[in-house]
Amino acid sequence: MIDEDFVTSLLHGREYLKVFSQTDCLTLDCEPKHLIEFSTLLRDEKTFDLLVDLTAVDHGNDADIRFTVVLHLYSLIHKAYLRVQVNCPDNDSPVLPSISSVFPAANWHERETFDMFGIHFSEHPNLKRILMWDDYPYYPLRKEFPLAGIEVPLPADDVSEVTGADVDPAPMMGGPFVSSGTGRLSQSEPRAKDESWTETSEKPL
Amino acid sequence: MSKTVTEVQIGDIGSQAASHMDSERMSLNVGPSHPTTHGVLRLMMELDGDLITRCEPVLGYLHRGDEKIAENMTYNQFVPYTDRLDYLAPLANNVAYAITVEKLAGVTLPERCEAIRVLICEMARISSHLLGMGVFGMDAGAWTPFMYTFTEREKLYTLFEELTGARFTTSFTRIGGVARDIPDGWLTKVEKFVDELPKAIDEVEKLLTRNRIFLDRTEGIGTISAEDAIAYGITGPNLRASGVDLDLRKDKPYSGYEKYEFDVPIGTKGDCYDRYLIRIEEVRQSILIIKQVIATMPGGLWYADDAKKIFAPPKDKIMSSMEELIQNFMIVTEGPQVPPGQIYFEAENPKGALGFYLVSKGGGVPYRLKIRAPSFCNLSILEKLVPGHMLSDITVILGSLDFVMGECDR
Repeated sequence: MIDEDFVTSLLHGREYLKVFSQTDCLTLDCEPKHLIEFSTLLRDEKTFDLLVDLTAVDHGNDADIRFTVVLHLYSLIHKAYLRVQVNCPDNDSPVLPSISSVFPAANWHERETFDMFGIHFSEHPNLKRILMWDDYPYYPLRKEFPLAGIEVPLPADDVSEVTGADVDPAPMMGGPFVSSGTGRLSQSEPRAKDESWTETSEKPL
Repeated sequence: MSKTVTEVQIGDIGSQAASHMDSERMSLNVGPSHPTTHGVLRLMMELDGDLITRCEPVLGYLHRGDEKIAENMTYNQFVPYTDRLDYLAPLANNVAYAITVEKLAGVTLPERCEAIRVLICEMARISSHLLGMGVFGMDAGAWTPFMYTFTEREKLYTLFEELTGARFTTSFTRIGGVARDIPDGWLTKVEKFVDELPKAIDEVEKLLTRNRIFLDRTEGIGTISAEDAIAYGITGPNLRASGVDLDLRKDKPYSGYEKYEFDVPIGTKGDCYDRYLIRIEEVRQSILIIKQVIATMPGGLWYADDAKKIFAPPKDKIMSSMEELIQNFMIVTEGPQVPPGQIYFEAENPKGALGFYLVSKGGGVPYRLKIRAPSFCNLSILEKLVPGHMLSDITVILGSLDFVMGECDR
């Protein structure tokens, strides 16, 4: 049971922890430098051994503390969730210790958080982008990133050199079948893009 | 399958070959577009002969930025996007998302609405497992079971169409209820379907469960220990196959699951065969739940009547009453009003625990919505699981994990 006794014993002698709220589940604030120590304790002694989620929240450019990394843990014994919030100390180049040595599940979650928010996790075994491609220059889930996205150069320079385009056009842009939308019905009906011929006008050679 | 052979030395099978045996590694690239990978998953592997020595999954080929999109639209507008997460069980995603927002908004739902949601969740589970089992059999070389499961799944889709108007992308829930009441006579059709389904499942079992070839290909392959499964955050049937008793429908009941009796199948070995057996049994349990829901379907409303700022009123009232017209206008233009706060909710979906972490600063638009996709977590074990297996086991392992890239890449 997650009751008063549990919370008191968890907080006892650990000044780096603070109770944030208890609305949907017990939420604790943890100081970054004690994160590994605390997550090991949760896993080994408090039965919170299933790391279900790790993500971050961007509080915006003007906030005093911009990035908060949020962990959700589940205990099969207590049948309860526990949320741990860690505020990133530096707004411009946020760095936190990686907990992938404690929870292997954190490996991909941390990669995703790095990919989307640009939060670095020190000591991470393989910290590289996971959803976007390796050379992608932005962090899409930051609040200043526009919904429409930003055009970026092609990942493949050799293709860019030939096409002169910044962004790779989709292989069949406009769909595999296109319609001119004007003229006689037989001419305007959708057809494959490279077939500009109809029953009445001959196929150009 | 596109093969990249680092160095091919044909016709050099003499004395040199033996020395090459130890050092020669071939890098093999499976996917991103390959039938084995059930979507756009790419595996970069290193082979020693037929033995896989290294495997690195590459994701992101189906990344749409759903979480960014969610921050830019009202709560109800995001419902169609949840269809496209695990697109093999859209109804279950709809329900999980709606419950998350409702929990933060503090809406309590009438019993009928909860019963409808349990019903559609279990139907979604059956539909997802039918596909999972059928395709798994196909991955192991058995084509026929797939025909049986797909025939049944087709019937389910007809039922979905009658209920929601769409076969695939259902978008059936609204924040504070469901889109409409169940049509007349629909429950009878569902009952008829679940009465006939066990026959088809039996057929599949006859073809697979004691099939020598199938057993040889799946038993002892891709074994995940309980410790590993927990450490890598695996959930759902894959976790239970490893012998861990975690089913959120039992442990953290939502939407009135506590009212129905059902068993949670648990595996012993955690290999591909166990994962198949778990899915078979879960379908049978889902049938039991559906029968109970139909037998005890409560009357009343299918939406929260007292949630004035959350659920848009019925159409006939909008046209006749000023207050309801204003209410409808506000909900459509500004979105359902959700108080500031944060919530994390997980539902037991066919693929595992689908979680939504929602941060609200008030108003009708989420400030941050994180989607915890079960397929994403389930796949993270591949790096550890696959090395040591033969190349031909890849299809079976991937098939048994039953993942969906739409949800993995979001």
